[in-house]
Amino acid sequence: MMIDTFKIKAEAVGSEVYRFSADEDALSFIVEFLKKEGIAELNGPTAVWADCPFLTAMRKKELVEKVEGLRFDISFETAALAKIGISQMDWAIADTGTLMQNAGAVEQRLVSMLPNIHLAIVSTNKILPDLTTALAEINPRDADYLTFITGPSRTADIERVLTIGVHGPERLIVIFVDQPEN
Amino acid sequence: MSSQLRKRAEEAMAQKTLTSALGSFSEAYVVSRAKAYEGLDFEELRNSIADIKGKASQHLDALAEQFKKNAEARGAKVFRTSSPEEVKKYILNLAREKGVYRIVKSKSMASEEIHLNYDLEAAGISVKETDLGEWIIQLAGQRPSHMVLPAIHMTREQVADLFSKEISERLTTDIPKLVKVARRELRKYFFEADMGISGANIAIAESGTIVLVTNEGNARLVTTLPKIHVVLVGLEKLIPGVQDAVPILKALPRSATGQLLTSYVSMISAPTPNTDGTQKELHIILMDNQRTAMAADPQFRNALQCIRCAACLNVCPVYRLVGGHVFGHVYTGGIGTILTSWFNLMQNAEDIQGLCITCGRCKTVCPGKVNIPELILEIRRRIVQKKGMPFIQKAAFAVIRNRKLFHSLLRAGYLAQKPLAKDGFIRHLPMFFSGLAEFRSLPTVAETPFRERIKKIKQPQGGEKVAFFAGCAIDFVYPHIGEAVVKVLNKAGLEVIFPEEQSCCGTPFRGSGDYDLAAEAAIENIKALLKDGVPYVVTACASCASALKLEFVHVLETEGKTEWIAQAKELAARTYDFSTFVKKLVDEKRLTLKEAKHLERITYHDSCHAKRFLNVYEEPRTLMRKAGYDIVESFESDMCCGMGGSYTVKQPEISSRILQRKLQNIEDTHADMVCMECPGCIMQIKGGLDKTGSKIRVKHTAEILADNLR
Repeated sequence: MMIDTFKIKAEAVGSEVYRFSADEDALSFIVEFLKKEGIAELNGPTAVWADCPFLTAMRKKELVEKVEGLRFDISFETAALAKIGISQMDWAIADTGTLMQNAGAVEQRLVSMLPNIHLAIVSTNKILPDLTTALAEINPRDADYLTFITGPSRTADIERVLTIGVHGPERLIVIFVDQPEN
Repeated sequence: MSSQLRKRAEEAMAQKTLTSALGSFSEAYVVSRAKAYEGLDFEELRNSIADIKGKASQHLDALAEQFKKNAEARGAKVFRTSSPEEVKKYILNLAREKGVYRIVKSKSMASEEIHLNYDLEAAGISVKETDLGEWIIQLAGQRPSHMVLPAIHMTREQVADLFSKEISERLTTDIPKLVKVARRELRKYFFEADMGISGANIAIAESGTIVLVTNEGNARLVTTLPKIHVVLVGLEKLIPGVQDAVPILKALPRSATGQLLTSYVSMISAPTPNTDGTQKELHIILMDNQRTAMAADPQFRNALQCIRCAACLNVCPVYRLVGGHVFGHVYTGGIGTILTSWFNLMQNAEDIQGLCITCGRCKTVCPGKVNIPELILEIRRRIVQKKGMPFIQKAAFAVIRNRKLFHSLLRAGYLAQKPLAKDGFIRHLPMFFSGLAEFRSLPTVAETPFRERIKKIKQPQGGEKVAFFAGCAIDFVYPHIGEAVVKVLNKAGLEVIFPEEQSCCGTPFRGSGDYDLAAEAAIENIKALLKDGVPYVVTACASCASALKLEFVHVLETEGKTEWIAQAKELAARTYDFSTFVKKLVDEKRLTLKEAKHLERITYHDSCHAKRFLNVYEEPRTLMRKAGYDIVESFESDMCCGMGGSYTVKQPEISSRILQRKLQNIEDTHADMVCMECPGCIMQIKGGLDKTGSKIRVKHTAEILADNLR
């Protein structure tokens, strides 16, 4: 199974991988996660969620009521201040544990690079075996800015000591959903 | 090598933190690289990269035009120039026009190559490097010492000092905390910047795409936050199609950092919107700076296949001792020497090329199949062609080339050494030669050379004949190895003849860049060895075997002596290294080993020429195992011993340090004997073990086998 390969490869580089069979389960996981990180508290830390198919208008409305610190307006400021960024990735690549996104819209990049934690939603049926098939699926000709993410931000520039979270997120949480809504 | 460079190298080697950091890195690297390539066919992968980049290098102009057309069609501005000055002018003009005062950069070796920061800062613009390592060295006012890990030469204490000064707060040496400081400080610059400058790891012509490979995420910020993005790309990064990027993206992270893929890869094909709804300005500068000239050079075009992974530095026995700064320029190590000779000046490479010991380890791991040692030799050849040989070396070579004079001098040497010699070793030398005997005892010249001794051996007559090529070391220093070879071959019923006209194989000449002399030596030996029409030529020196089998043809081609090529190929076909030949005899059942059990423990040292040039490493192990020895592998058994022919004379300090590691690794096996194929290595290792008073004996494979025949 490609998802098993993905999980092994992604966890090997420090990603956290979850899988849900239904949207609702994924959603309640996200809400719980946000609450645990304090996002639901008044004047607590914030989270930013970039527009994506998973985030329907109805869910948005419900979420605003449940999670105080959750925001949908994405700017340098909101993204830089946020503790958590949420976005939906377009594909996953199994043999390297990579997420891929057609990220021409700046908001998509801001939420995945400025906050400390990135929650990445992706459809289980969008897992591709490798880079070759991925680049056949989406040619850079048809994408202004194609982003590939494999684990959290890392460096080994000081004495080769692996350190997580330099300029990008220190945690990458991948949430697979089996039956995404259209 | 200039005394200045020598001083720099010595100073670097004296820095314990540097050498221990690089040493442990080089050891860890081999392991992580191997793990990253598990399940992948490296040869197949690098063949495809070499093919893609090799072909691309022959169409740089067309690819650049195609890239320009496609990128411009999608809204980027593409500027092509051959000159570094034009690059700087373009960026400065753009900055002036757009009112740019603050620039953030993600790592770009091309910008280092042309010292871009210097000019930008001189124009009053603030420039911040945002790759952690690059920022560290920017704060320190230094150059990168490694292409992938620019600050690998610095300690956490040094980094803490730099950061403390930068933010006026005393910081501890806690690395995660230091990284957090960098994150916090650089964030400010990202948000304030009016322009982001990046390099590119790949440029795809078909789609007008630039590909950025990073781990920290700074390239994403540099290419997203400021409203202007300038990309500086060397022409050699161009490839034709999107799928051509795949093998490079597979190899680059694996070879650079042992990762399957870096944390981030960005493929940018068009300007994207800013948060305020305006469109980003995307400027792509395609810089030639000698790449086209390099591509037109039949030898050096090969170096354009480099993907800048720095694997060659990581496995280099010299780099791990001296680090990157000794190379004195932005591109470091062997590949850096080659790139510097083109992108900057040949003059800059003249000195540093002498650091290469030509052990060939780098070329075995190069994902672009760049033959680095060969290109270093080519630099040497061109320097010698242009400037001639240093006088003393030329005089010495003239002597070696004059066979009769050389032989009589060696005889005189035997007599002169007498007061210094004891037990076949010279342990101290007077005056200025003393450096050579400081870290290892030197062997004495034999009383009777092999060419005389063989005449006294009673050999089987009437059977098949083998011509023996002794090489200088066996002929004059280790004749007993020659006798062991004869004993083994006689046992198989073969008669060994010694063509008297043979001379030095020419490796020292070629290694020093004197191809004229190397070609003369090749021709003389071809004549001598083919004269008798003997079907086999056997040599027990791995370096000589490489010369006869591989280098003669190359040297004669380079020197335009085409009339000798056919015979050189004939000689190459007849030539065998000792172990391969004996293995063949055993397989053909013409020779039988005693096949005892648990005789002694042997560790085998892979001579560079045997392992990486002749591809011989299984044969000797198989034979010795068959004879009944237990083979215990040493750590880094195929690492150079530091001899490198005349290298040990030219760079005694480096040679000695390489040897120390080798000796330690041999000692750690607790073997009874260490065995090898090359008399050069024997000279170095035997001398080293004698100096340390080790109990481990040093033998040539032939000596071992000669005692174990049925």
